[in-house]
Amino acid sequence: MAEIIVHRKVEEITPRRKYTIAVVLLLIAGLMTGLFVVTASHDAFTTFGLTPGGITRGSVPDLVLPTLEVLIGLTVLVGLAGIYQLFKGFGRFTNLVLGLSFFLFIFALLIWTASGKSLNLGGLLKGSLLLAVPIALGALSGVMSERSGVVNIAIEGMMLMGAMTGALFGSITKNFWIGLGTALLAGLLMAAIHAVLSIKYKVDQIISGTVINIFGAGLSSFISSKFMQTYEYLNNPPIFPRVPIPVLADIPFLGPIFFNNNIFVYVLMILLIVMQIALFQTRWGLRLRSVGEHPKAADTLGINVIRTRYMAVLLSGLIAGFGGAYFTLGSIGRFEELMTAGKGFIGLASMIFGNWSPVGAVSASLLFGFFENLGPSLSLLGSKIPNQFTSMLPYIATMVILAGVVGRGQVPAADGVPYEKE
Amino acid sequence: MANQPDNKQKPEVTKVLLEEIIDSPSKKKGRSGTGQAILIPILAVLTGLIIGAVIIALTTEDVYKAFALSFGDGLGAAWKAISTSYEALFKGAFGDPARIIAALQGDNPIELRRAVNPFLESLVVATPYIFAGLAVAVAFRSGLFSIGAEGQIFIGATAATFVGYSIKGLPPYIHMPLAFLAGAAAGALWGFVPGWLKAKTGGSEVINTIMVNWITFRLTEWLLTGPMQRPGSGGVPLSPFIEKSAEIPQFFDKPIRFHLGFFIALAVAFLVYYFLFKTTWGYNLRTVGANPNAARYAGMNIVTSTIVAMSISGALAGMAGANEILALNRTLALGFSPGFGFDAIALALLGNSNPIGVVLAALLFGFLRSGATRMMLATGIPIDIISILQALIIIFIAAPAIIRTIYRLRAPKIEDRVVVKTGWGGK
Amino acid sequence: MAPVLQLKSITKRFPGVLANDHIDLTLQQGEILALLGENGAGKTTLMNILYGLYQPDEGEIWVREKKISVHSPTDAIRAGIGMVHQHFMLIPVFTVTENVMLGEESLRYGDFLDRPKAAARIREISTKYGLEVDPDTYIRDLPVGVQQRVEIIKLLYREADILIFDEPTAVLTPQEADELFEIMRLLVKQGKSIIFITHKLREVLEVADRIMVIRRGAVVGETTPKDADREKLAAMMVGRAVNLEVEKESATPGDVVLEVRDLEVANDQKQIMVEGVSFEIRAGEILGLAGVQGNGQTELVDAITGMRRPTSGSIRLLGETVTYATPRKFTEMGSAHVPEDRQKDGLVLSFSIADNLILNTYYKEPFARGVIRQEKAILANAERLIEQFDVRTPGPLIHVGALSGGNQQKVIVARELSRPIKLLVASQPTRGLDVGSIEYIHSQIVKKRDEGCAVLVASSELDEIMELSDRIAVMYRGKIIAIVNAGEVTKQEVGLLMAGVQIDLTDAGRKKGRVKVESTF
Repeated sequence: MAEIIVHRKVEEITPRRKYTIAVVLLLIAGLMTGLFVVTASHDAFTTFGLTPGGITRGSVPDLVLPTLEVLIGLTVLVGLAGIYQLFKGFGRFTNLVLGLSFFLFIFALLIWTASGKSLNLGGLLKGSLLLAVPIALGALSGVMSERSGVVNIAIEGMMLMGAMTGALFGSITKNFWIGLGTALLAGLLMAAIHAVLSIKYKVDQIISGTVINIFGAGLSSFISSKFMQTYEYLNNPPIFPRVPIPVLADIPFLGPIFFNNNIFVYVLMILLIVMQIALFQTRWGLRLRSVGEHPKAADTLGINVIRTRYMAVLLSGLIAGFGGAYFTLGSIGRFEELMTAGKGFIGLASMIFGNWSPVGAVSASLLFGFFENLGPSLSLLGSKIPNQFTSMLPYIATMVILAGVVGRGQVPAADGVPYEKE
Repeated sequence: MANQPDNKQKPEVTKVLLEEIIDSPSKKKGRSGTGQAILIPILAVLTGLIIGAVIIALTTEDVYKAFALSFGDGLGAAWKAISTSYEALFKGAFGDPARIIAALQGDNPIELRRAVNPFLESLVVATPYIFAGLAVAVAFRSGLFSIGAEGQIFIGATAATFVGYSIKGLPPYIHMPLAFLAGAAAGALWGFVPGWLKAKTGGSEVINTIMVNWITFRLTEWLLTGPMQRPGSGGVPLSPFIEKSAEIPQFFDKPIRFHLGFFIALAVAFLVYYFLFKTTWGYNLRTVGANPNAARYAGMNIVTSTIVAMSISGALAGMAGANEILALNRTLALGFSPGFGFDAIALALLGNSNPIGVVLAALLFGFLRSGATRMMLATGIPIDIISILQALIIIFIAAPAIIRTIYRLRAPKIEDRVVVKTGWGGK
Repeated sequence: MAPVLQLKSITKRFPGVLANDHIDLTLQQGEILALLGENGAGKTTLMNILYGLYQPDEGEIWVREKKISVHSPTDAIRAGIGMVHQHFMLIPVFTVTENVMLGEESLRYGDFLDRPKAAARIREISTKYGLEVDPDTYIRDLPVGVQQRVEIIKLLYREADILIFDEPTAVLTPQEADELFEIMRLLVKQGKSIIFITHKLREVLEVADRIMVIRRGAVVGETTPKDADREKLAAMMVGRAVNLEVEKESATPGDVVLEVRDLEVANDQKQIMVEGVSFEIRAGEILGLAGVQGNGQTELVDAITGMRRPTSGSIRLLGETVTYATPRKFTEMGSAHVPEDRQKDGLVLSFSIADNLILNTYYKEPFARGVIRQEKAILANAERLIEQFDVRTPGPLIHVGALSGGNQQKVIVARELSRPIKLLVASQPTRGLDVGSIEYIHSQIVKKRDEGCAVLVASSELDEIMELSDRIAVMYRGKIIAIVNAGEVTKQEVGLLMAGVQIDLTDAGRKKGRVKVESTF
């Protein structure tokens, strides 16, 4: 047996990074002290409503917290974490601690802003979830395609087409199921174009995606302004109703937020679980990922690279079409030009944020949804922070993460590379 | 072979231009490749128009009614729908030939201007496309897939507006350039950030520019509802009007909007061309774009190059925004850009990331958009048809195999397009 | 006995090349058939046809006297054919188990992976054939030799009995190679049949039962190790008397040009690949850097050309410390670099020849005045060098990607050697080139030496090292284990050094016979 050559390695975790994060933690603690603790009034209480408005099942009484005490507690927690990091370091839990501290900061912000007032936390979270649904579906669409090695920045265009067809056919047939079906079909067709261009014709995948975005935006706006804006009955689809899930909907706090929604939220949950398991625990997933990592190796083992990629891109299109339908059939109830408003791109960012894993991608989407919702909630409480700035936060966070402050993710190795059989 | 340098030294201008657009590697041998490099874009546009015609016919109700009567009637109605639409498109883009000829024969200068106004208006529409297309082209040439033009256009417009209304009492020859350059500088800063992130940390410029776009939209929204809001606008997000001295002058009286910006755009296009192909800096950028490993081997600084490329790209996009404000809008509103930045990606692709190609592509877009406005008024076909045409044209250019299949052309041996590296960057 | 495999009159044409010309091949049960030929002779093409990666234009494939058609690797796998590819077909982020089972997964509850079951099979196979490996490790954490074992396990897992090894030793150290031969012998003993593709004569003679020689896509002869020797095989393989001797005078070394002390360099994965290396090169001499690929030569060359930052140690060029200098600093100090991978590092394929010829001097007079390019000077330079270095091209504005490999390399050599230089670092300067180009490039390197330039030639081709070098430094596992004068060692001895064998090079040591000196081909 040959001895195994083990190369000595240069120190992996740089002390510099360790200290940077310690400084960041202490800075957060400092900010919390300066912004919240110092300015919070004594004897004030913060009231959190825990049940979203308009829902009775699974409701719980309000949570009342002494503002200053809780703020001090949170600040001390973050400060201690910073000190521990400075001297000992959290090692591989560093990112987790950083994330938690960030979360505590946001929580402190909420408590401080709502000091002496009442904030419906349940409503805030539920709103975040609903804002996150299309982002998450976009992100899952991206994961599906990119795990097979096809970059998909066309999610936005696919969603727009899904939203438009869903509204159009939903209105014509007065049936949201048919609307949904056609939305899926539209996503599928757009994905088919992307697949043919990038897999068969080996067009640069980002170019192909860009083209489909332009095409999707153009065609949906064209049909919309030609027909749907002129004839109101063509743009008045029924909306999927909210269906509480028996038993689960009665769970205090969680029930009203998660299990009293329409089909889109439930499908998202199921899709998340199914994709996570399918990608990493089944033959189908192993083969799909092998094609995204090393298509030639997959090919030599008899796996049909081209077919696998077609399948993944088409599935990606179905998911994006479904996400598009959410806009018209799941929430707003009519189609407006460019109504996806960049959600597909944010979904893409979530996918990267979430390291190309379904769970990570959806978690990141929830974060985006939360910040999107945070601004308006805060300004209702009379906060001086403009909405625009809170909703900017996740974009900045994405850039920071990409910059590697939190470490870089695992891109599928063959992502974006057309497969040539020589 | 001995006399080839002479050919090169005294080339005919048009020939050089064509060669640069085509950028053919086999200038001296492969004739078929060169021919196709011109032929494919032409066929792509033609095919796009044909498919556009089909869409027009399919979405015109009269056509269906006529088909219900008889097949012949249907065809006739379809033909009528298409021909009226495209006639309107043509007249909207170039003007009505009959009217121009009549105006030429008459001696009413105002009538002549009015007759050629559609053509001039197309140039006006093309102007921001030239700037924005150049912006993306510079990034592409440097191996960077920037989607940030839209955000840079916004911030450029914002900065130009701010300088345009906040500084008072400057003479026009100072104020106008100042406001224009402020737009460019803001755009450059907006390109610098993702460029710096890419160069220093490897963060994908694709995602970062998308993020910067969103940050910018939020930022301008905040500015227009807060610090930069026009007093008395009643909550509408609008900026104050810029000073007269900051305006880019229009050449004729209303409604003719043709302005100096068009010529500035052409001059900038020439400068970008000269920079990319005739200076060492341009050579440096192109090398980094074409093969970063070789650039490193050659001792080029990839970090600087990436940052410079993104900043220049941003500056050009910023100019597009400044141009729109200073020459046409004169005030900043939230929805002032109909997606110039995203169309710019298409333009750069269409022009093969070559400044001259980009100018031609921008003119094409200008004619199409301006023509489509008239077509919409005349026939009710939404202007969005242009986006569809654009997408189709790019598809055919990016996948020439489709065009070759349709028209039964033979594939050339070597294809040389500027290929942008895909994937999410990083290392 | 009936053959397990027969290829009948296989023909494959690529545009402009006849890669396989009516090749017939027969493989018997339990034998190792060596397929010998130079790079580009058509061996790999033939095997890719057998494995279903290419389709033949003519010919038939028979397995166990049954004609089969192989349209894809699936067909080949079904017929019991397996292949260890030259570049491993392994997925770094998958575990050994996942890599092995891919395409032939063990399942439970429908489509769910049964990893434990597959891992158990792998353990079984690895015990049976002595292929030790932990099924649960990730491929990216395994050394190359072990990765190759995983590749072999992949075949055995699929119960392949016709095994193709495509240049399996290219990435291995000599010991790992010996080990592989052991495994191969064990495999045939267990009833497998092997086709072994290589261009290395030693290996063929050592391990093969039968040898088939291919040249320019056609079979030129068949023999056995008993009836053949290296000279005979070489002649069959190359087709003419091999004479690649470079005519050169003995060196007259001058002052020290490059001085490297205790250098330590890490690769991109932060593994330390060069450890405590010291040497010097004088003006007017060629130092050959020998070693099996992957022993740190690449990183060492990167460090002394500014392409990679050393982690410690020092580099001095012409008396000036340049340990952390940039590539441009090296260039400006008169150092030239012919990089290992010409298409990756040395050229911009989409640029013209003229633009490639100024790649690292583009900013200088006469090619630029200020920041303005001087097109006339750039073109004149190109025409001069094309003429001088005999680059075969229709003109200076042709893009380099359109040239043949040999001409591409000439462009690099022309660019690097045409400058007034004090140091030339050439890494694998003739890899993959035809004989004519090799001779030309060798003569140019020697010419530079004679002009008083210090030269470092890094090559994994021992022949090249022996022909060019005045002194030879041998690298093994990141260290220079010996620096010897070229005239005083045999090729055999250098080969042993490359394998990490410490040998006594004094005359006394040789007389003691610690090293057997055989034919020196």
